[in-house]
Formats: sequence, structure tokens, C-alpha cells
Amino acid sequence: MSPDDLSERVADALACARKGGASQAAASASNDSGLTLRVRMRSVETLESHQGHSLGVTVYLGQRQGSASTSDLSSQAVRETVDKALSLARFAAEDEFAGLADADRMATEFPPLDLHHPWDLDAEQAMELALECEAAALDADPRISNSEGAGVDSGESSHAYGNSHGFLRSGRSSSHSLSCAVLSEQDGRMESDYEFSAARAPEELAPAKEVGGNAAKFTLRRLGARKIGSTRAPVVFAPRVARSLVGHFCAAVSGRALYNRASFLLDSLGEPVFADCVSLSELPHVPRGMASRAYDAEGVATVSREVVGGGVLNGYFLGSYSARKLGMQTTGNAGGAHNLVAQSTGETLDELLAEMGDGLVVTELMGQGANIVTGDYSRGASGYWVKGGAPAHAVHEITIAGNLKDMFRNIRAIGADIDRRGGIHTGSILIDHLSIAGA
Amino acid sequence: MSAPPDPSTYALRPDPVALARASLLESSGLGDPQLDRALGALLRPGVDWGDLYFSEHSSESWVLEDGIVKTASHDRGRGMSARAVSGDKSGFAYSDALDPSGLLQAANTAGAIARDGGRGQATARREGASRALYAPGDPGAGFSDPAKVELLHVLDREARAADPRVRQVIASLSVARKLVLVCSSDGRIAADDRPLVRLGLTVLLEDKGEVRHGTSGWGGRLPLAELFDETHARGHAREAVRQAVVNLDAQPAPAGEELVVLGPGWPGVLLHEAVGHGLEGDFNRKEVSAFAGRIGEKVASGQCTVVDDGSLPGRRGSLEMDDEGTPTGRTVLIENGILAGYMQDRLNAGLMGVKPTGNGRRESYACLPMPRMTNTFMMPGPHDPEEIIRSVPKGVYAKNFGGGQVDITSGKFVFSASEAYRIENGKLGAPLRDATLIGDGPTVLKRVSMVGSDLALDPGIGVCGKEGQSVPVGVGMPTVRVDGITVGGTA
Repeated sequence: MSPDDLSERVADALACARKGGASQAAASASNDSGLTLRVRMRSVETLESHQGHSLGVTVYLGQRQGSASTSDLSSQAVRETVDKALSLARFAAEDEFAGLADADRMATEFPPLDLHHPWDLDAEQAMELALECEAAALDADPRISNSEGAGVDSGESSHAYGNSHGFLRSGRSSSHSLSCAVLSEQDGRMESDYEFSAARAPEELAPAKEVGGNAAKFTLRRLGARKIGSTRAPVVFAPRVARSLVGHFCAAVSGRALYNRASFLLDSLGEPVFADCVSLSELPHVPRGMASRAYDAEGVATVSREVVGGGVLNGYFLGSYSARKLGMQTTGNAGGAHNLVAQSTGETLDELLAEMGDGLVVTELMGQGANIVTGDYSRGASGYWVKGGAPAHAVHEITIAGNLKDMFRNIRAIGADIDRRGGIHTGSILIDHLSIAGA
Repeated sequence: MSAPPDPSTYALRPDPVALARASLLESSGLGDPQLDRALGALLRPGVDWGDLYFSEHSSESWVLEDGIVKTASHDRGRGMSARAVSGDKSGFAYSDALDPSGLLQAANTAGAIARDGGRGQATARREGASRALYAPGDPGAGFSDPAKVELLHVLDREARAADPRVRQVIASLSVARKLVLVCSSDGRIAADDRPLVRLGLTVLLEDKGEVRHGTSGWGGRLPLAELFDETHARGHAREAVRQAVVNLDAQPAPAGEELVVLGPGWPGVLLHEAVGHGLEGDFNRKEVSAFAGRIGEKVASGQCTVVDDGSLPGRRGSLEMDDEGTPTGRTVLIENGILAGYMQDRLNAGLMGVKPTGNGRRESYACLPMPRMTNTFMMPGPHDPEEIIRSVPKGVYAKNFGGGQVDITSGKFVFSASEAYRIENGKLGAPLRDATLIGDGPTVLKRVSMVGSDLALDPGIGVCGKEGQSVPVGVGMPTVRVDGITVGGTA
């Protein structure tokens, strides 16, 4: 379905809602299609063709709210979905904070975001690319013993959003990725690791050989891993795991956590929450950005801003509902943050390791052990031990623990090795003194 | 926990295949000729076998916050997919549209996985066997919308009455139903009408500026009317408050290897992570699991017998059949410490020369099936739980857990304790703050030195993720003593 088709369905849903007595309404629809091909041990394993759509509607009867969604976009199904939302709204309670975002906050300017770059890729070409990627990993070293495969994913999405303020927009985007995971073996012990590349445009993907080569390199680096004794030491979070720290920060300063007082960063606006070397910007309009958006999930214009400057918290992530609950204004973050970029303090990874001296580099985190209410942090980890600024040996079966509040204030540096593959961009993060539990 | 219903009460239910045919196929102009044509398109030269999967679902959820039910939402969807299997290769296509042309197109796309070679034969259609494990029909039947709203108010009022320091209660109810039909090239046609209900709450409690949370919930493939017993519900509300209160006084957990006693029920997430995923057929067929090629070997202490059983009536992880139409059953994974078997779907069972075990599951019609757990638990042992705690001079008692994760290749796994206590001289001591425990799957069960007599299954709220697909599961365990696992605290 084209963006125009989706806009039409959204407009239909809004009209139905108005006819059904809704005082306000919002609707969104999307259509996704794509191809996933996976190879394993140099031959095709799966070829999947994707094609799906959905429509969701939220209606307001005064201060009462109801929602419904459907995968059937026929006009009858759309009408039934709106009716269902209306009937549910009748049984919801009056909520003084419910409603659309204010009309004057709707986006009126739409900077070109350059998000749509379809990939004219057939199964044959996808297979060649995946095979090349996996071969680069399998052929890298005799200790590469097995494979979990390599894959190519290519998808396109159309989207429309509208609400009863008269806002109605649609657009297209694409996203593509290439990934590989292989095993290495030494002394009867197996390890696995992976690499991936993701981008809006196919030409921005890393070369297949590089993705496969890195998967092999990361897997080999894990061989000979040992458990270390429990200790306290500085820790470098490699970029692919460092982004989770930024994610925990976002969760703690998001509207719902704040109004429920379920956050370790309550009432911290204007306060130093990070070390003063940390600055974090939200850049919603980066061309081809993985989380770029001109308007949020309520139609509110997104804005570029410095969320953290010199360690001080300058703003929360709010939609209109949580903003009203907090007596504040929406920050255009209904649906989340749009491209968060941690400013590097300039060091290369080698310089970070030299600065750390003796300590741990974490390349993989396991489990969910971050408590956003208290900030207590305890997660499984693996990576490698650094001695005198140089990698010494691989480490596994340990945990790292602390409190996120302290961890944020103890950040000493953010490396220049910035990972731009997702909606959070950060380099390696060096943190002083975490508890490491091992043997 | 509610008692499982007597399955004999469902003896008069409508035939699921007839129900699914009417609801999914006939209403979309799909009959036997269309199914035959699609299976014919799937079975190109080189395709060994294939299947067509149809499903429709509807779900409703209600959320209470700030003492009011602020919103309710409803979701409905249907779709179909076609899969063609050629050796270890799968071709797959799906569509949201249920109609003859969409079906044929999906079958053609999926069949393109194979180029040449022998072709599988479609055989005459016959209905697969099925057993009644849950009540038929709408699991929310008998509850009006205002009655559902009132259930959440019961939880809210009880939690607030339990302790004046409770600042917030977030309670939710989800009622879902999914009808699936599988039609495979070996002639099997089978269907399953699956209810799924879940209730739960999170409380936030504030004392002298310190905020703590506690959670509790329960659910299963049971009618809401059976699941919601008011006394039982109030018990869950008080349990969430109790956890939050305990957490107020929690001390930093130790860092390092400890002797750990795991309580009964939900701590069975240890099994799910330590051995469960590593015993899924796909990882073992590909030899990427730390357990690959080890059937018959000792992987646990002789006191450990671990099973996966998808045929328990009314349980959240149960299914009458898996998503390939294979009836679920009981699979012994570890028997008296010896690795006995893997969990299989059709593809991996076929390639390994064993029988499918009814573990081929998929999140939805838009996903390929793979071997997944259902209800995974350890059988009870001889020890009194009190005796197990008394036997520990110094250690940690872990009572409640959040989620976990495993690296199936290295065998390393984690699971996060959300309620734990010190044990000193055989007695429970101070509560401990959240800590992740980390261990090695193939060795941790060898350190199980005592297994309790108190097997309990979890309350029915578990979700398992694998390769991006989420499915409801159950876990269970008696009280167990593990002689050494790393506790990830700060003290």
C-alpha cells in the first residue's frame, strides 16, 4: 500500500470516529514489505518474503480514551475498529490529562530526512552477498569452526498519521542490514560472536567482507576466556554495549517513569546527572538517521536540542500526556527519542585503554539487570582484561555492578569510535570503579 | 495458584478443525480445492514438504493507573503463511490477506526456495488428533466491560489498603484468543483454539524519599471467570506490596561465588536459561550449542530430572498442538542427571532422524516456526525445603527472579534476582538488593546438591524471546541448593 492509500485509510478512520461521537481522535497506519535471506555453512538456509500492514486508532469521548488496532485495512474492518475503540472508551474513567497534544504544537515544517532508499535486490543477489559475508568469516582463521549464518535484510515501510486537529502526513522509509555470526573453537570450548551493519540506504552498508571479517575477529578474541576474581576496577563499555547505558538514562528521564516517581533521576532537571565531560544531543532531522523524524507519534514537531550539556540535565523526554501530568510542555518525544548523540571526548580506543591502565573492556552484556526505579545495576558481562593499557586475555562468566547514578557521574571519557548503526550514537564509555563479581 | 481445571469438562467442546475451517477458510473463499492448489504450488521439484498456516487473533487489554482505568485497547488480526522445506532450507511467505489469490502467491513465493530434485507428495487430507487442554470459546465470557474494570479496582484497593506508603498501583488485565489452523503436505489438517489471560500489578512504595517497586501477576489458558478468584487476587496485590516493603530494607548483595538456595516456582527460570535453550533441536542439529552431541552424558547431578511438558491443562506454556500441528507432550530432557533428549520441531527432527516433540512454535503467521520450550520444570526430590535452608552455613536464598538470558554456544547464562536474602547458620537474614546471577549451563546443574519436595510451577506470566519471536512459556522448580554460582552484587 502506498503512503496515499494509507492516508486515505487514516482519514476514513478519523471520519468514522467523528461520526461516532468522538470529541478527538488520532489514527496511524503502516505497511511493511521486505526480504530476509539467511545462509549458513555456505548454502541458503531461509528465504522469507514479508508483507504486512496495520492500522491503529485512539478516540476520546471528552476525557475518556479507548484504542483499537487491526491488521485488516478494509473499510468495514476500519469502521469496526473505530467502533471498538469508541465502545472501550465508554468504560474508561475520566482522565483530566487525556487528549491529543495541543493543536499549535503540530509540526508545520517537514525538513527532508532522506529516509527512503529502496534496494532493488533479488534473492539471487541477496544470496551472493550473504555468502560472501559468511565466507569472509569462515575463511578468516582455521579456528573458526562453525557458523550461525549470515543474513541480508531489506525492508521498506510506508506510514501515515493523522488526528482531528486536521494534521495528516504520510511518508516512506527503508532500512537494510547485513549480519554474520560465527563460532570459534579451542581446547574443546566454543565461543560465538557477531557483527552487523545497518543503514537507510544500501550503499551505506559496510562491505560484506568487512562484516564477515569483523564477526571472525570478535569471535576469535573470545577464545581462552577465563573467569577473574571478584574485584573493583575501571570498565570500558564498547560502543555496541555503551548505547544501553544511554538507553537506561532515557528510560529514567521519560515522562511515564517521572510522573510515577519510578526513576532514579527524579527532580533532576538543571542538576548534574553525568560527569561534566558528558554532553548528549537529540538530533531528529539527521538525513538518513535511523531514528530521524520530523514529527513524533502525536504529530508534534520534533526539535534538535542538547539534552545533557556539561553533565547537566537540560530536558526530559515527554509526550503531551506525561507533560500535562508534570505541569510541563511536550518535548516532542511521544514514541521515544529521535537520534541521541553522545559527544566524544576525543580519545581513540587505544588512548582510552592507556588511560584506564588495568581494567575490563566489556563487549557483551547479558540479562535485564538495570532497575530504573533505584538505579541498581547488575548485569552479566564478557569482554577482555586490559593490563598496562594493552589487551591481556578474554574474560567471561562475570557480572559488573554498581548504581547507574554513580556510574553516570563516574564517566571519565567517551571515545571517538562512534557506533552510528542505531538511534543512539556513542563511542566507548570509560567508567571508574565498578564492582566485578567472578570466581 | 489456581488449580488446573478438569479436562473432562471440555469434552463437549466444538471440534477445533471445524471451527477454524468455518472462521478462517470458508469465510475467505478457501476450501479444499484452494488448499490443494496451494500445496501443489509449494511442492515444486526439490521441495520435500511444506505447510500452510492460518491464524486469527483478538486481544483486549485494560490498564489501571492513578486509581482509574485510563485506557483500554483492542487488537485484531488475521493472516496466513506458506512454508516449503527442501533439506535444511526453508522458503517462507506470508500475507495479511486471506483469499485464494494471496494464498497461491504466498505458496509460489515460498516454493521458490528449491530449484530441482525429487518432489514431495501431497497425501490425502486427514484430521490430526487433538486433546482438550483448555476451555473453548471467548476466555472473557461472562465479564462485561465494567466488570473487567472492577477487577483492576480490586487489585488497586487491596494494594493501597495493605500499606499507606503505596504511592502508585499499575494494574493490567489482558484477555486474548487465537485460533490457528495448519494444513501440511503430508495430509494433516489440525487446529487449536487458544485462550490466554493474564492479570498483574506493579506497586510503587515511597518511604522517606526512597522509592521501591514490587510486582505480582498470574495467568494461564483459562477463562477469566476461573482465573479471577477475589481472595486469590487480593493475595497477589499484597504480595506485590510485600516485595516493595522488603526491598526498602535491602542491603547490597555480595559479589562473588556463593552457595545459593533457589526457592520454588518462578526461579525455574534457571532451567529455562541454563539448559532449556541449549536443548532446543535447531542449536543441536547445527552443533552450535554447548550441549550438542552430549545425549547420554552426565550433565547434572543425579538428583536432577528436567522435563518440558506442553500438555498440562490450562497452563500458560501449554498448547493442544504446536504450530506445525504436532500434538504437544512430555519430553524428558535430563533424567537423573543424564542428558536424555532435545526439543524438536519437524524440520530439525527430520534432519536429526528423530521424532518431532511438539515444540515447533511461532509467534504469529508472519514467522517461521522453530523449536521452543513450553512448560519446563524440574521434578521434585526428597528434601524438605526447610532442611535445605538449614543445611547452608553461609549463602544466599533467592526467592523471586526477573528475566534471564543465555549464550547457548559458551553455555554462560544469567538470571536476575529481584528478591533475595542472606543465609547465615541455616537461617534467613537480611534482604539483598537486586543482583544478577551468572553461571555455566553444562556445569551449574552438576552443583545441585539438594532437590526439594516442593515442586511449584510459576504463576503463569512468562514470556520467552528467541530470534525476535516472543511466545508464552511456563517454568517450575522445587527448592534447590546449588553449591556455587556467581552472585553479581557490590558488597
